[in-house]
Amino acid sequence: MMGFSRAQTVAFWLMVAAIMIAPAILYPVFLMKVMCFALFACAFNLLIGYVGLGSFGHAAFFGMGAYITAYTAKAWGWTPELAILAGGAVGGLLGLLFGWLAIRRQGIYFAMITLALAQMNYFLCTQWDFTGGEDGIQGVPRGELFGLISLRSDLAMYAVVAVVFIGCFLLIHRIVHSPFGQVLKAIRENEPRATSLGYRTDDYKLVVFVLSAAIAGIAGGMKSLVFGIATLTDVNFPMSGEVILMALVGGMGTIFGPVVGAAVVITMQNYLAPFGAWVTVTQGVIFILCVMAFRRGVIGEIAARRRIAL
Amino acid sequence: MMMIFGIPAPLLFGQLLLGVVNGAFYALMSLGLAIIFGMLNIVNFAHGAVFMLGAFTAWGLLNYAGIGYWWALLLAPLIVGAFGVVLERLFISKLYKLDHLYGLLLTFGLALVIEGLVRNFYGSSGLPYRIPKELQGAQDLGFMMMPNYRGWVVIAAAVVCLVTWLVIEKTSIGAKLRAATENAPLVQSFGINVPLMITLTYGAGVALAAFAGVLAAPIYSVNPNMGANFIIVVFAVVVIGGMGSILGSIVTGFGLGIVEGLTRVFYPEGSATVIFVVMVVVLLARPAGLFGRAQ
Amino acid sequence: MNLSRRALLGTAAALPAAASVGPARAQKPVLKIGVLTDLSGVYQDIVGPLAVESTRLAIADFGVADKGFDVEVLIADHQNKADIGSNLARQWFDRDGVDLIVEGGSSAVALAVAGVAKDKNKAYINSGAATSDLSGAQCNANTLHWTYDTYMQAKSTGAAMVKAGGDSWFFITADYAFGHALSRDVGNFVTSAGGKVLGNVRTPFPGTTDFSSYLLQAQSSGAKVIGLANAGADTINCIKQAKEFGITRPLAGLLMFVSDVHSLGLDVCQGLVLTESFYWNLNDRTRAFSERLWKRMPNRRAGMANAGPYSSTLHYLKTAQVMGAAEIKKNGAASIAQMKKIPTDDDVHGTGTIREDGRKLHPSYLFQVKKPSESKGVWDYYNLLGTTGADEAFRPMKDGNCPLVKA
Repeated sequence: MMGFSRAQTVAFWLMVAAIMIAPAILYPVFLMKVMCFALFACAFNLLIGYVGLGSFGHAAFFGMGAYITAYTAKAWGWTPELAILAGGAVGGLLGLLFGWLAIRRQGIYFAMITLALAQMNYFLCTQWDFTGGEDGIQGVPRGELFGLISLRSDLAMYAVVAVVFIGCFLLIHRIVHSPFGQVLKAIRENEPRATSLGYRTDDYKLVVFVLSAAIAGIAGGMKSLVFGIATLTDVNFPMSGEVILMALVGGMGTIFGPVVGAAVVITMQNYLAPFGAWVTVTQGVIFILCVMAFRRGVIGEIAARRRIAL
Repeated sequence: MMMIFGIPAPLLFGQLLLGVVNGAFYALMSLGLAIIFGMLNIVNFAHGAVFMLGAFTAWGLLNYAGIGYWWALLLAPLIVGAFGVVLERLFISKLYKLDHLYGLLLTFGLALVIEGLVRNFYGSSGLPYRIPKELQGAQDLGFMMMPNYRGWVVIAAAVVCLVTWLVIEKTSIGAKLRAATENAPLVQSFGINVPLMITLTYGAGVALAAFAGVLAAPIYSVNPNMGANFIIVVFAVVVIGGMGSILGSIVTGFGLGIVEGLTRVFYPEGSATVIFVVMVVVLLARPAGLFGRAQ
Repeated sequence: MNLSRRALLGTAAALPAAASVGPARAQKPVLKIGVLTDLSGVYQDIVGPLAVESTRLAIADFGVADKGFDVEVLIADHQNKADIGSNLARQWFDRDGVDLIVEGGSSAVALAVAGVAKDKNKAYINSGAATSDLSGAQCNANTLHWTYDTYMQAKSTGAAMVKAGGDSWFFITADYAFGHALSRDVGNFVTSAGGKVLGNVRTPFPGTTDFSSYLLQAQSSGAKVIGLANAGADTINCIKQAKEFGITRPLAGLLMFVSDVHSLGLDVCQGLVLTESFYWNLNDRTRAFSERLWKRMPNRRAGMANAGPYSSTLHYLKTAQVMGAAEIKKNGAASIAQMKKIPTDDDVHGTGTIREDGRKLHPSYLFQVKKPSESKGVWDYYNLLGTTGADEAFRPMKDGNCPLVKA
């Protein structure tokens, strides 16, 4: 189905089942956070796993999505689905701008440029009035979906987040398993050859960059509705670092990796929150462990052991 | 009082001088990064953390061992450089055969661990470190008061940068280093111990950052975040200068310090973003950086 | 304590959300107080672990043994981030049955948590944040603002320095809401007392460590006083660097705490003028409190934001005794309303009252940092310059635009 292999189909339905049952057992707000970040990680993974471009500034898109959704919902009273779309659109536009500047380079240079651009965006956000500076945009209303269904209850919001997450997840998968995705694979494996075949590789890379940025924007927008707040934390560098950690832990280049990675990292943060700076240390240790000994990540390891693709 | 562009001359010259001081730090830090990148092809995300370690080591030497500033200038880089050597041997060297991105991720993780541990044990308020008494006081230059210590920072940084550049460009060790950067197996076949060279180079780059940290300790608050606040700007400096270029990092470092200082006079709110704006402009015009070679 | 904290925050994820107290039969009600503070960041010395100990001391001093209810303390680190703070508050209220949040940290966190407290109808007493908006335009029926605010700082430090001859000011302002509010409030005082504001330079926040160029501008403006509208590491850096540049004109640390002076040392800080609403060595009551606190956490003396939670927690417990613990748990707004009706009295702030807009009233004190030769030892840092009485120290209620206040 949809280009999923058998293992992937099983995994997909397991994931859907988990999403449907979990709110009865776990705190729904926690689960929504996991889904928003899982989507963010999936967007990041699209870029690094399938195009080989490691962006170190993805927080810019996530955070601007959060701000735009928060602002349109609060100050302009837009309904949630429009607000989220606005967040995604702005994320995508920003992705177009950053991507156009950064795609000229690759590897480390690409990473450094995206990092610096994202920091510039962060500093601009600290100056802009509409972001509310240190206070952020608070009291963001969840509003009524399509103007009809109130999202104030956590379960109603949960349903929306789940649907958007699964939808975008399938969208990403569709992109990867399509003729477009085949070209991406060719570019990743041997770019000069792809160019010699007549493909304008930079254009392809840019398209993926914009898509990745837009989906990150959607994830950020959802997050600001769930928590009612959008702050500078969402656009700052540590947020970019966290999404990289999630993709790394879960398995870069796998479909389900980022989802698992997000779940692991968010759970870890939750448990360690009482212990202050140990969260930072633990994240650092996990980074080091993953890079040194666990490069394929959780899903990557499982997939390699069983010789399947996940 | 003479006015230039509507600003009193004393203020303008004062800011220019201060810009040179800041530039000295940018130059030292980006020099270390450039050396490490040139030799190891690793972007050392932990550079800010080891800068911070340099400052903390100086503080520690004073508070636990009674060792003052002048010895700290020598000892702290050695100690932190040795620590860098350990990191290289234990972790970084294992990644040379992999995609360079992993090196970036590893050093990022190292930075988190180092900063987190220091924050856990020493808090975030900042620890005091006095300016050594030989360097206290200021010179009245007529158009501003120049604190002696800041003047010393510029001189020390310039000297160290110059010496480093001379060693790399003009000595035989430097020649071997540059050769190993371009073709390691060939150089190895001449009997030169390239892995040792690489390890020591990393240690030297780290030592440079730690030296900058000791210089910074009396001026800034010695706190665990001092590196993190700094490192991304230094990355931008390195990108502008050209990633592996020694001369580029020194010149660009000092130059951008001056640009930032001038921005503080005319448009202070922009002083945090001006370096990134310059980076974007440079990237559009010269993607390899001002002094870099096209890859 | 570690275990129960973990049990509440960790494994509660596996329990049904409604983890309320069991049937009233043989069980005493348990009041759950959450201390939401900065345990690891730039403000950990200003609030942090010492504020947690203050809270615990209040519970110990109150003596729950014979009062018919138990008290449990939860602790969490908001890391000065509004989103982390509001998420923790939400989890505590929803999942862990917390009734009251104290301390509450920086202004951004405080505003967010106040919103959550209102949403969930619980109680929130903030003692760590500065923004006077908490008892002004952003006030609500579930929130009290304790210890201090930007207006108190402005009125005490600003007005006092103008009276002392400082009639021209130059501000160095941290470029975010807190800094803007502080320089605006102080500037108003300066101008209304007949002084002038000669300039205001905004420094990027966070991340500015070098203020030398801003200090240069301040010096060349010729202003008689340089106002530091910032806090924490920013203030510390400004002060250090001013000394380095031989700037002799008075610096006004518009938000400074005794822990900052301790960090910097007396030779750097001497002569600085600042305002706190608590000083450990101020009077017999504060000294007694500080001795008790020293036994719990030695080698640290509390500043006003460390000590504030003691006063607020004690008042809450007294109110619980009056209302009945079961009642106070049910309705946050009602508990806040009851707290406003009872006057306060504790070793930290002395006697005081709480206004309709949620503003706690008590005197504020203007201090000057001692010269090293005047100090008799570690933590003996302040000389008292003046006192502003409780009725004058804070913004008049009618000027606050608080929706709770009937015009």
